[in-house]
Amino acid sequence: MNQEIQNPANQKLPLQGAGGAREKILAAVLQNQPALQNLPDITFVKGDVEGAQERYITTLTTIGGKVFKVNSFDEIKALIPTHFDASKRVVSTLPQLSDIAELNQGEPIDPHSLEDIELSIIRAHFGIAENGSVWVTEDLMGQRVLPFICQHLAVVIDAENIVPTMHEAYQRIGLIKYGFGTFIAGPSKTADIEQSLVLGAHGPRSMTVFLLG
Amino acid sequence: MSQNITTHTDKKLPLQGAGGADHAALADIFNKDEDRVNWHDETLWWIRAKRDLSVHKIPEWEALRDTASAIKNNVLSNLNSYLQQFEANAQANGIVIHWAADGAEHNAIVHSLIKKHNVTRMVKSKSMLTEELHLNEYLAENGIDVIDSDLGERIVQLAKEPPSHIVLPCIHKKKEEIGELFHQFLGTPAGNADPQFLTETARHHLRETFLSRKVALTGVNFAIAETGEFVVCTNEGNADMGAHLSDIHIASMGIEKIIPERKHLGVFLRLLTRSATGQPITTYSSHFSKPRDGQEMHIIIVDNGRTVQLGREDFRNSLKCIRCGACMNTCPVYRRSGGHSYHNAISGPIGAILAPNLDMEKYADLPFASTLCGSCSNVCPVKIDIHDQLYKWRQVIVQNGYAPTAKKLSMQAMATTLASPFAYHMAGKAGRLVMKYAPFALNNKLNPWYKQRDMPKPPDESFGEWYKKNRKAP
Repeated sequence: MNQEIQNPANQKLPLQGAGGAREKILAAVLQNQPALQNLPDITFVKGDVEGAQERYITTLTTIGGKVFKVNSFDEIKALIPTHFDASKRVVSTLPQLSDIAELNQGEPIDPHSLEDIELSIIRAHFGIAENGSVWVTEDLMGQRVLPFICQHLAVVIDAENIVPTMHEAYQRIGLIKYGFGTFIAGPSKTADIEQSLVLGAHGPRSMTVFLLG
Repeated sequence: MSQNITTHTDKKLPLQGAGGADHAALADIFNKDEDRVNWHDETLWWIRAKRDLSVHKIPEWEALRDTASAIKNNVLSNLNSYLQQFEANAQANGIVIHWAADGAEHNAIVHSLIKKHNVTRMVKSKSMLTEELHLNEYLAENGIDVIDSDLGERIVQLAKEPPSHIVLPCIHKKKEEIGELFHQFLGTPAGNADPQFLTETARHHLRETFLSRKVALTGVNFAIAETGEFVVCTNEGNADMGAHLSDIHIASMGIEKIIPERKHLGVFLRLLTRSATGQPITTYSSHFSKPRDGQEMHIIIVDNGRTVQLGREDFRNSLKCIRCGACMNTCPVYRRSGGHSYHNAISGPIGAILAPNLDMEKYADLPFASTLCGSCSNVCPVKIDIHDQLYKWRQVIVQNGYAPTAKKLSMQAMATTLASPFAYHMAGKAGRLVMKYAPFALNNKLNPWYKQRDMPKPPDESFGEWYKKNRKAP
């Protein structure tokens, strides 16, 4: 499926700056932009840490997700076959789950080979109480497409890793480097047909979070 | 599930241009079906109400709006260096940057990237910029097959229509019409209009598309100067499915999408969906920083009139727009005239400000399609003075001679009348007499005020006459 593609960083593409668009645009911007206005301080916004875990559970449940509080990976292993069709393909990036799932820790493979996954189980860095999302970066996904292409998604986060709002989230993320990172908030969904909410648009039909305490 | 589909790259309906029907005429067409207008109105108001519920849960909402607006002020005042900073950081991450002064340049870049990979098919996630630049039509003319993967966009694509709303592209369509389209193009049983069933069908059909396309194009919600990454927000996950399965990912962004630092996303991501649909956040807020191993990633930075708008002091603030659609959902004119009546890729109040910048003559009618009630400005998450700008555009358009002749003449007549007390009193008297004794002279189709409303019963005397009689000077 994948042809050989040269690393674009190594090649000078002839298109760049074709017709002098870059210089033209930058000059027009410089000429038309108003006098410099300072950036505002955004440190004033801080969420309430108290009760963040309960708020997280409520929010994620409201947007169609499911939450289990667990104490160990053994509990997670026991819940998987009762809530998912474990006879189908289950893929995880977590070595703790290697006896119930096919392990994928980011080996160079064709992402198309993941098209028949029933369940993906990954770890996330932390959750955000105000919107029910979890923050995941590429290193935790194995393959970028893994959390999207599966029929169902399960995510493990440490129960203490819940931040109140997006401000604390970005404080945690800081300026670390990643190739790809995403906030995932619940199952894939759409309401494009007369505003009727349907879960499972193109990505997972369900999202389950295991809060590991 | 998916048969051979060959029609989806057919041209979309051409947007009305100069000499075509204006907003009022197009709204007349929409208004012929009163039940549908009421339904459209109620649906959008319901979304507006969801927005209210959602924002009232955030005590610091107003402070967030102020902050977002101030960040955007900084962006617009320092855009030249932010664009270069973004470019350098993105390039350092292995992303290829292209610049396009207008739609023609943008579309040619996309085409050349597709050609370079010897393919003829592309999958696209939602990008209002590519709607603005008519990318699909251009690629179709060049033999490239494009499939829009957002469900709403796919539906309007099958119907050969442009989106009627920037967040809810097929908000104007009834589920029965969508069922019919799916029956025709995707082979669903005739008469089935169940949203769950239709979505499931689209899921299968588009999954095949994602798995078979080597080139994926996405829009850009935010581009961060500090890190050179860009963020794409979707609920369906279609941008991610396209991008992560493709050999080449192209992202198209307007120059105004820049924000200075990563941490500022905290402000904008909190505002975006609460304003758009009342959700706390989109299901996926994906941060693309580097291409996947073996993948190519390209960003096309587009001007297309934005630098001109940046130079228009009165209209500069419109470039702060983060495309949430809140102004449309709340607008009494949009809700009752439908998105297509704006004959522009971006409809509603914000579209009516952006369009005349692109072509003042062609879009001279749009700033007049407003009650100036101010509701749009009140809900705007980045505090754009939308209704003030619409009022200012009217003046610019009239001064530049683009107002419709009938409007110009009646304005002149009104100015003459209001400038002379004698003429004013005579006109008032004549008006009252006509309405009393010859109502048919006003209650007819030639009088635009008679449309959809009854003319008032005239008083027997004017307020001036009454005042003279009852309030003699002491």
